Amino acid sequence: MVLERYDPLVDDVAAFRAACERPLPSVVRVNTIKATVERAMRALDDEGEGYEQAEWNPELLRLDTRSPGNTWPYYHGWLYGQEEVSALPARVLDPQPGERVLDPCAAPGSKTTQLAALMDDTGTLVANDSNLGRLSALRSNAERCGVTNLAVTHGDARNFSLKPFDMEAFDRVLVDVPCSCEGTIRKNPDTLDEWSLSHVEGIAGVQRGILERAVQVTREGGTVVYSTCTFAPEENEGVLDWVLDREDCRLVPFETNLETRPGVTEWNGETYDESVEHARRIYPHLNDTGGFFCAKLEVGT
Amino acid sequence: MSDPSDGDGDIRENVGHQFDRLPETADDREVEGRPSRRAVLDWWEERFGVPPAVFEDHTFWEKGSGKVWAFAGSVPHPSTIEALGMTLLRVRQEHWKPTTDGVQRFGRHATRNVVHLDREAARRFVAGEDQDVEWDGDWGYLVVTHDIAGGAEPLGVGLYLHGELRSQIPKGRRRVLD
Repeated sequence: MVLERYDPLVDDVAAFRAACERPLPSVVRVNTIKATVERAMRALDDEGEGYEQAEWNPELLRLDTRSPGNTWPYYHGWLYGQEEVSALPARVLDPQPGERVLDPCAAPGSKTTQLAALMDDTGTLVANDSNLGRLSALRSNAERCGVTNLAVTHGDARNFSLKPFDMEAFDRVLVDVPCSCEGTIRKNPDTLDEWSLSHVEGIAGVQRGILERAVQVTREGGTVVYSTCTFAPEENEGVLDWVLDREDCRLVPFETNLETRPGVTEWNGETYDESVEHARRIYPHLNDTGGFFCAKLEVGT
Repeated sequence: MSDPSDGDGDIRENVGHQFDRLPETADDREVEGRPSRRAVLDWWEERFGVPPAVFEDHTFWEKGSGKVWAFAGSVPHPSTIEALGMTLLRVRQEHWKPTTDGVQRFGRHATRNVVHLDREAARRFVAGEDQDVEWDGDWGYLVVTHDIAGGAEPLGVGLYLHGELRSQIPKGRRRVLD
């Protein structure tokens, strides 16, 4: 079993394994471009839908229903179905109204629409993806949410071009890379059927290229957040270590009320830069979520 | 600046895959058939009572024949990227037609040609059904609203003709709700 390889990293293996076998709670994020959290909750109350607000992020509602798509507030674009822990990286990136923000692996758009909301739908948000079908899903999700500060491009994030934009660099970049998705096992139990070490190593090469390009298009003093939904250190700390060696950037600590574990500095005989400890690992049993990895980098200082 | 009919060659054809910013006024027009920003603002105000100030932070662009997009950010003109802001309006046809998403986002400022439905009529409208509705205003495209969580909110676009309100909700957005 694939998950056994992480036994040395996890403090409570039995709880970790048990959580991975439970289905995920149904969670929505309130789209604050169209409604306040209070109004969205009132709409759910009026329909008799039960929910619980996440303590660490009051915009997230854990619903009793499994089909949030069939509610009035969802129809109005007030709600967006989003796995709870995947709402972390946009919060860590902390984009401000009026800024220039890039989301190079954006589709289908849960994090993009969250970034737009955090920016109050102002400034310029660029969403890129390499897959046209997924881009079309992103576009309809963004339109349903009423996002208007978004420019969408189609291309390989490893050679993202600034040419279509009248700017020299972005203030912030959210690098949520394609990964082996081990952390999504609670949503897609088949995820690990096709797992192979060669896939992990191959995709880590893609991740290095995407993160490197992201650092290059970020202004001095700007912020890059790197995230995956996998436990594999090859795709997490290993990628950070590689980029720290090559680009002018450093890892910085960040605060969150989610229960997390630090990044690991040793894995399978490899040693990584000590600063990867600032990254956060999130295992499914810690907060009853999917698995996740998130790191914050400051560029050029 | 020239008129398309004077044949002096200054007026270009629309380029389908490129985002071009709308000219400020008809006098600034360089592409045949393209509406001006002024015309778009006037249309929202005349048809729905939406004040031009609502769109103060947005630029308008055309990509595809007659598809007008509203964008709050900044890009150079022209641009060949995939999408820019949201689709707002269909022009280059006899009656301009707002999009569902455009009406959901900006239609809350509408004061004219707004039809308000009760819960049962709203449910049928969102399911894509046409229905008989009492309406003594203009025929044509209307902003359709209902009450949710203590206030009116736009559901989308209806086409009112011959005593009937025809739901214009796109198939992918229709829902059967309680």
